[in-house]
Amino acid sequence: MSFALSVLKELFSLFVDDGNLALQVLVLIAAVTALVRLAGLAPLAAGMLLLLGCLAILAVSLRRALRR
Amino acid sequence: MTWTAITSTVTASFLASFVEVVEAFTIVLAVALTRSWRPALLGTFAALALLVALVLVFGPLFALIPLQVMQYVIGTLLILFGMRWLRKAILRATGFIALHDEEAAFAKETDELKRQAADKRADWLAGMAAFKAVLLEGVEVVFIVIAVGTAHGMTAIAGAGALGAVVVVLAVGAVVHRPLSQVPENALKFAVGLMLTAFGLFWTGEGLGADWPGADLSILGLLAVLAAFSYVAVRMLRAAHLRIGAAQ
Repeated sequence: MSFALSVLKELFSLFVDDGNLALQVLVLIAAVTALVRLAGLAPLAAGMLLLLGCLAILAVSLRRALRR
Repeated sequence: MTWTAITSTVTASFLASFVEVVEAFTIVLAVALTRSWRPALLGTFAALALLVALVLVFGPLFALIPLQVMQYVIGTLLILFGMRWLRKAILRATGFIALHDEEAAFAKETDELKRQAADKRADWLAGMAAFKAVLLEGVEVVFIVIAVGTAHGMTAIAGAGALGAVVVVLAVGAVVHRPLSQVPENALKFAVGLMLTAFGLFWTGEGLGADWPGADLSILGLLAVLAAFSYVAVRMLRAAHLRIGAAQ
């Protein structure tokens, strides 16, 4: 049981290291998707927005690590 | 299928798999040299058999998912996976966290196996250590192959990249017979983090219906922007690290 749990934990940690970063990325993708589906944002603009958003999230995460 | 897509897929798959296989090799080698090759190989082959079974069971299910949905989901996972590696690689390159050390990982595993040597289940525990290492790193390799290959119908090409990494690591490992600590792991992780994030942004955009200018070539554009950002981040963080060091 503990072996299976440790495998699941490892699998989770494949995608989530800094929990804030992962959560912010998911919120960004959800928000951009909503803008495309509900507000008619052009998909290419959505792609660019994703790129800029990811860079901003990474910058914030690195700054947080620096303060620690 | 363009050369840009083929080259970027096989390179991303090869480099990412290479890093994972090196880490698994360190543990399997520790088991083999501390106990014997029997539990090391039994654990390794059991994990490989489980991985093959998982791929055979779940692989065909991917064909049932509409392409655009798959691009969106895989793109999202790739962004999470890639940014995690990129963040860690930047922090390691600037000295904020320690570099991954295969010699240290090997020594830690060897110490643990030596502590278990008196245990009646020592061979079983050693085999499980090899099994777990190969399974966990193998799952990452399978994910990488599916992620960089499936959304473009190039799973076989991505698989060839991963297989190439396995062959190279095993060939070098068989010759040197020690952990591959000379591999510039952080540089590889940096490159892979950049590539996987670029792939992730491309696929998520495609999943949303984006018609990227230049099609696959735009992956290189995304890669260039991410690389430029990371270069600036490393420069700034290194300067900050030096300032903090000087102030202490």
